[in-house]
Amino acid sequence: MDSYIIGQQLLNGLTLGSIYGLIAIGYTMVYGIIGMINFAHGDIYMISAYLTAIILAVIFSFGVTSLPFALLVTLLLTMVITGVYGWAIERVAYRPLRGSTRLAPLISAIGMSLVLQNYVQVSQGARNQGIPILIDGVVRLGGEEQFVQITHIQILIVLASFIGMGVLTYIIQKTSLGRQCRATQQDQKMAAILGINTNRIISTVFVIGSAMAALAGVLVTLNYGSFDFYIGFIIGIKAFTAAVLGGIGSLPGAMLGGIVLGMSEGLFAGFVSADYKDVFAFSLLVLVLIFRPSGLLGKPEIEKV
Amino acid sequence: MTTETETPLLAVRNLSMRFGGILALNNINFDIKQGSISAMIGPNGAGKTTVFNCITGFYQATSGSIYYQDGDSTINLVQVLGEKLHFKYVLNPRQLASRLYYKMFGGSHLVAQAGVARTFQNIRLFREMTAIENLLVAQHMQIVRNPISGVFKTPAFRRSEQAAIDRAHTWLEVVGLEDDANRLAGELPYGHQRRLEIARAMSTGPKMICLDEPAAGLNPKETEELSNLIRLLRDQHHVTVLLIEHDMGMVMDVSESIVVLDHGEVIAEGTPHEIENNTAVLAAYLGEDYSTTVAAPDGTGAEGNPQETNNS
Amino acid sequence: MSLQQKISLRKALIDGFWSGLLALVIFGPISGLVLQGYEVRNELIRPLLMALLVGGGRFLVSCFAQSEKGKRYVDGLAGKRGAGVTVASLKKGKYQYLVIPVLILAGLCLPFVLGKYWLTVVILALIYVLLGLGLNIVVGLAGMLDLGYVAFYAVGAYTLAMGAQYFHLGFWTLLPIAGIGAALFGALLGFPVLRMHGDYLAIVTLGFGEIIRLVLNNLLDITGGPNGASAPPPTLFGLEFTRRAKQGGIPFHEYFHISYSPTYKYIFIYLVLFTIVCLMILFVTRLKQMPMGRAWEALREDEIACRSLGINHVTVKLSAFMMGAMVGGTAGMFFATYQGFINPSSFTFFESALILAIVVLGGLGSTVGVIIAALVLTILPEVLRDFAEYRVLMFGIAMVLMMVWKPRGLIRIKRRAFNAKGVTS
Ligand SMILES: Nc1ncnc2c1ncn2[C@@H]1O[C@H](COP(=O)(O)OP(=O)(O)OP(=O)(O)O)[C@@H](O)[C@H]1O
Ligand SMILES: [Mg+2]
Repeated sequence: MDSYIIGQQLLNGLTLGSIYGLIAIGYTMVYGIIGMINFAHGDIYMISAYLTAIILAVIFSFGVTSLPFALLVTLLLTMVITGVYGWAIERVAYRPLRGSTRLAPLISAIGMSLVLQNYVQVSQGARNQGIPILIDGVVRLGGEEQFVQITHIQILIVLASFIGMGVLTYIIQKTSLGRQCRATQQDQKMAAILGINTNRIISTVFVIGSAMAALAGVLVTLNYGSFDFYIGFIIGIKAFTAAVLGGIGSLPGAMLGGIVLGMSEGLFAGFVSADYKDVFAFSLLVLVLIFRPSGLLGKPEIEKV
Repeated sequence: MTTETETPLLAVRNLSMRFGGILALNNINFDIKQGSISAMIGPNGAGKTTVFNCITGFYQATSGSIYYQDGDSTINLVQVLGEKLHFKYVLNPRQLASRLYYKMFGGSHLVAQAGVARTFQNIRLFREMTAIENLLVAQHMQIVRNPISGVFKTPAFRRSEQAAIDRAHTWLEVVGLEDDANRLAGELPYGHQRRLEIARAMSTGPKMICLDEPAAGLNPKETEELSNLIRLLRDQHHVTVLLIEHDMGMVMDVSESIVVLDHGEVIAEGTPHEIENNTAVLAAYLGEDYSTTVAAPDGTGAEGNPQETNNS
Repeated sequence: MSLQQKISLRKALIDGFWSGLLALVIFGPISGLVLQGYEVRNELIRPLLMALLVGGGRFLVSCFAQSEKGKRYVDGLAGKRGAGVTVASLKKGKYQYLVIPVLILAGLCLPFVLGKYWLTVVILALIYVLLGLGLNIVVGLAGMLDLGYVAFYAVGAYTLAMGAQYFHLGFWTLLPIAGIGAALFGALLGFPVLRMHGDYLAIVTLGFGEIIRLVLNNLLDITGGPNGASAPPPTLFGLEFTRRAKQGGIPFHEYFHISYSPTYKYIFIYLVLFTIVCLMILFVTRLKQMPMGRAWEALREDEIACRSLGINHVTVKLSAFMMGAMVGGTAGMFFATYQGFINPSSFTFFESALILAIVVLGGLGSTVGVIIAALVLTILPEVLRDFAEYRVLMFGIAMVLMMVWKPRGLIRIKRRAFNAKGVTS
């Protein structure tokens, strides 16, 4: 009997974990390339949830009936606009700080996070917002009494995450742009000397990270249907946990960390206490940082003296 | 001349350091005599700074030991950094306890407290503090630092603070920076910063000081002064000096023994005269083609070809 | 006017156009289309105005940045040039001995001239001064970014509430317990995380601040969860400031045969708090001249160099962290007693961000700066009540601008000068 419950929790964990993984990409890439924690990243995700609802509402108001078409357009537009957000934030709040004190970008990022939250709160109102359920339907595995239930949207989330991840891996590994990203990550000065426009690459990384967060935002919004201006905070910390767990700087690590975190959180919520699942996630972050700061897939790094 | 039987201040044994795929140090062995001025030389990337970092506890050596003579007892500087905990130590509670202790409280500061001070290849001063404050921070472990007596400015605290300030002034005088006492360290000219860093290291009251390329970026006159300063530190302040330097003139001038590193291995060890004539060293510096004659098998104390010695 | 000729209007126009366009994309959907149920309301005029503003602003900035003066100015941003730290001259300021007693006297008289409303505002402001001074030790002096400072604030506040509720202890007994308790709490959290790479500390403390709130919220049986708990007001040698004695003493007004007024309580809290803030300022000033404070600042400058000097970076950081926690706990205690009632919603991340904003705007390390920033940031919103909605937005923007414009704060930090050898100061 328990095995079904475990299965169900693992499955829910996998879905949630894919989302964490998608958001973690933004953290891990930015950290890898400029060594800062982009505290505003969770709020970028929050913005994308709002964009999803707004764009869907606009599309439907034009009388569009084809759901796949509406979803595709929403996804593309949300990713693009969120990408612009990422670009602009980097340009305005982080780039002028290169070569400033160590704390400056972190504080600026916290400021940016406050700005985004309050901007959305002021323009959209503080109350919960939502979209109607667009995709329903479930698949049941198992018998009459005991079964594991998979919703269609869960399948969509996992598939879309893996496709997004695959495309990104291809870009980073195989294209010239990806090579430039990796070179900049390894040694920014050297990359600049070799003629790579590192500023442009850093911007690109912010755009990619934001677009991935937008993918997560669209998927989660379709799944839960409800959001407010504060959702980016907790999920942001958790996604960062996922990035650290997987090994900060590592793309597959972000996805792996997300899934491991999602699943263990699911199990914890199912068997220990749902109230304390966030506490569990944070404790995991601390434990990982103490005992394995390089994460699951990261390489241990020795600080150069 | 010190006798051969005297225990060395520092004995590096089979030291290896690996960074991922790079074997930066491979089974290094050398000794540093008490009260000597020694130099470590080698081409760029040979691993000299890495040796320093292992000695001063900034890198945890992959294997090997560094024995340091602290009074009558010998400390293994690798141990105090906190070695890996293994299951096998569960059976040996004392070992486990000591390892656990060092894992929690150990670190490079213990090496410094044992009396090994250092400077850095890229100057690391507290740039936004004044020169004298830099030296006061260096005396942190020697002065009254109990917060209660500090808040109430007890007589003991005042005395200790005044003594620290006086010591700081003395060191500033030694390195010739009296006029810069109240200037921000980051705003000092480069040569002054180098000297301030040495003064700061000396303010910790060390037995041994490791200087990483102290003459880098100095002009010939400043280098000359630096050589004198180094001799003065040894002669009047009785510290053992180990320096890394690329300026061969200065190395040959100031040092009594030299360790030559190449590709993470000690290729020669000896007096300046011996090193000057060592073919393996010449080969390492000038390329393989240069060594027409075979280098001495163990690389130490080799007599090179007399014709090749006129470059130093 | 050769300067004028160098400015290319075309470039500025292009810059302005693109910025405006991007601003339109950014602001368009979120502020232009407001969700109402499953529909959107058209407010597109707002993003249009904003885009015009951004485009026009960028145009002007672009013009300015092309001039010689502008170029120099842009180069100087973000502390790329002068660091903003100077060394004080050896001569002591003459006014110091006059200004400080006058300020203290004024501070002591203040509660007797203010009405109850402004008195509560000023008490809150002083609580934030205390919080700012505490966090300044951690962030400004020791250079560790603590984003969960509110956790210690909460520990202090709940120590008072829980201690009174379960152990029937009074304010004065709990005051040291709250401080020490918060400090121990800080040690417990700090010891494992302080050896980590600096930026990780930020996120761990961020998570920790959130954990505390969640735990307080979920421990319904003990803390009362979201319903909160009540906290007792302080007593004056057994005299109570409530209408009727609740803690086994005599009410203040009955003892002195005057009529009851709730203002007495606030005046008393104010005076106690004011004394503590003054002591705290003295303490922080002394700290900076002590080995401990110097070690904190040195650690902020260069941790590796500190280790090479035999300073144990973990214990030094821990001391700063605990000191900050202690101050935070004390401030929390005053917050609880001043409100008389607390619940977890007072201890959200926003609170941590506000305290951080105080420290940042005050200039990371400058005591005077932090005090001014705390007073301004708490009193200004009271004055500008109409813009309450935009408060957080303004804080956020101020933090970003501050980092770009003057990362060292508005007030220049002056370092202490030392006498020449042999001259005792
Ligand atoms: N923290 C580190 N991580 C990875 N590799 C490192 C690290 N520190 C040193 N190395 C590598 O170890 C090798 C030796 O470096 P080291 O700095 O010791 O050389 P060096 O002899 O001091 O050279 P130089 O004369 O240029 O200062 C180099 O290949 C360097 O890249
Ligand atoms: Mg080196």
